Amino acid sequence: MIEEKIARGLLWFSVFITLGILFIILFHIISQGIFHISWEFLTETPKHMGKEGGVLPSIIGTVYLVLVSLAVATPIGVMAGIYLTEYTRNGKLVSIIRFFTETLAGIPSIVFGLFGFLFFVIFLGWGWSIMSGGLTVAFMILPTIVRTTEEAIKSVPMSYREGSLALGATRWQTIYKIVLPSALPGIVTGVILGMGRVVGETAAVYLTAGTSGFMIPSSVWEPTRTLSVHLFVLASEGISFEKAYATATVLVVLIFVINFLANKLMSVMVSKRQGVEV
Amino acid sequence: MEEGGHRTAFLLRADQYADEGKWLMETMQRNKYREITEKIIEKALLLSAIAAILVVVLISVFIFAQGWPVIQKYGLGHFLLNMEWKPLADPVQFGILPMIAGSFAVTFGAIILGVPLGVGCAVFLAEFAPKRVNKIVRPGIELLAGIPSVVYGFWGLVVLVPLIQNHIGGRGMSVLAASIVLAIMILPTVINISEDSIRAVPREYKEGSFALGATHWQTIKKVILPAARSGILTAVVLGMGRAIGETMAVILVAGNATIVPGSILDMVRTLTAHIAIEMGYAAGEHQQALFATGVVLFVVIMILNSMVLLIPRRAGDN
Repeated sequence: MIEEKIARGLLWFSVFITLGILFIILFHIISQGIFHISWEFLTETPKHMGKEGGVLPSIIGTVYLVLVSLAVATPIGVMAGIYLTEYTRNGKLVSIIRFFTETLAGIPSIVFGLFGFLFFVIFLGWGWSIMSGGLTVAFMILPTIVRTTEEAIKSVPMSYREGSLALGATRWQTIYKIVLPSALPGIVTGVILGMGRVVGETAAVYLTAGTSGFMIPSSVWEPTRTLSVHLFVLASEGISFEKAYATATVLVVLIFVINFLANKLMSVMVSKRQGVEV
Repeated sequence: MEEGGHRTAFLLRADQYADEGKWLMETMQRNKYREITEKIIEKALLLSAIAAILVVVLISVFIFAQGWPVIQKYGLGHFLLNMEWKPLADPVQFGILPMIAGSFAVTFGAIILGVPLGVGCAVFLAEFAPKRVNKIVRPGIELLAGIPSVVYGFWGLVVLVPLIQNHIGGRGMSVLAASIVLAIMILPTVINISEDSIRAVPREYKEGSFALGATHWQTIKKVILPAARSGILTAVVLGMGRAIGETMAVILVAGNATIVPGSILDMVRTLTAHIAIEMGYAAGEHQQALFATGVVLFVVIMILNSMVLLIPRRAGDN
């Protein structure tokens, strides 16, 4: 009985510690950073290596990077997810594809960075640019999008497909007009989670998109310094902890928003499905 | 007159037949068209699906092509077992043993700290947590997973490092600091996968145990955890992969000295940090040696991933 109580206490304690750590980190970063965020910080270019001024070029660079990587990873990932669920659920090819997708998900970001540097920056001659960085990161988020698409498609009831096929629709018509619309919230959730990963990615972007962040990039062929890389440079070179706190706060708030959106979409999906089942 | 009538009727029918024929042709044409479209779409989907394979192959080919020559030139032994990393000295020394030891040390630390905490959370969430508590904890863990690693690193730098320096000793930047930061970062991985595997334990196991008069905790300890152990093991291995692969957060708190750490308060440099720090200015053979470090990292991760595949899906499967 005593063991039971101790065990229960320890389990509560582990959750308490986990949430406590999260709270301590967020509280520390935001409470220190919020006072250094101003309109100027968000709308000006950095001065004196980032000691003064704002982070506008980094914000724009981050947005560019997100757009490029999603534009590449979303179609490929969603199409792969469709193939793995609607065309061949089992079989050798699928298990091979799945193994490689898992492997891709496990490769460390610095290795992606090395590859992107070799392939895009040097081999294709694109230099340090948003394009090089965006494509490198697109490969990194591909597994996330494939997996969430698969999950979303699997959760579409079989009766939907049967109804559509019975009406004489072809396989692709069924997928395009029936399955995909029902799975859309789940797929979008995956894309949003991928977005969060792009925003937070540092090592791979550092080696492929560069670190120069004093000018607003005018095209995807220019280098940029994303918010995460900016925070890393500020912190590792000890340039300005005030600006680092402010940048970290911007990043954390962005992740808040992204997670909130993903959760909202997920609950939309769940309630929609429940409405149909009943 | 009669004949004419016949003729008209015949012509009408012929017209009708022609129409029907045309209709049939058109339908066949359309079906064929549709079939071709379906085929093309299927091929496009297949192509997207094998994109993951192509990317992995491309990555390994490029990394190995760039890293292998330097390993070959100096020998795998020199590379893996040499304590000296002096890329600019004469003769050059490309020993990455300190970095291998460093990666091992911080990963081990992260597992020691993170796994009990994570599995504890998982058991709690799957077995004890009231719905309302679950509703708070779940978004919390998602947030924990979403926060950029560099933010954890920054927090470690401004909070943990001074804390360790002032209260425990050493210079703060240490194996300990890196282990703590990494332990926090692997928590979501460990919690999610362990929780899934605990929830996947068949209901009957639990009911059988209860029916024999076991308490909830006895059931967890003796029945549920053993039944879920393959999933928990998977969680640990994937957590290890995450810890070994993390770069920027570790650079900020580990101190990055190229020595084999003697205690948990010593500075340490991991394989990942090693690559990121020196890529900025490395050239020629020095740069190739960094790619070779990438090869080592890549192989280690591949081994870990294959280990996940070797873990039997459920207890009792083997």
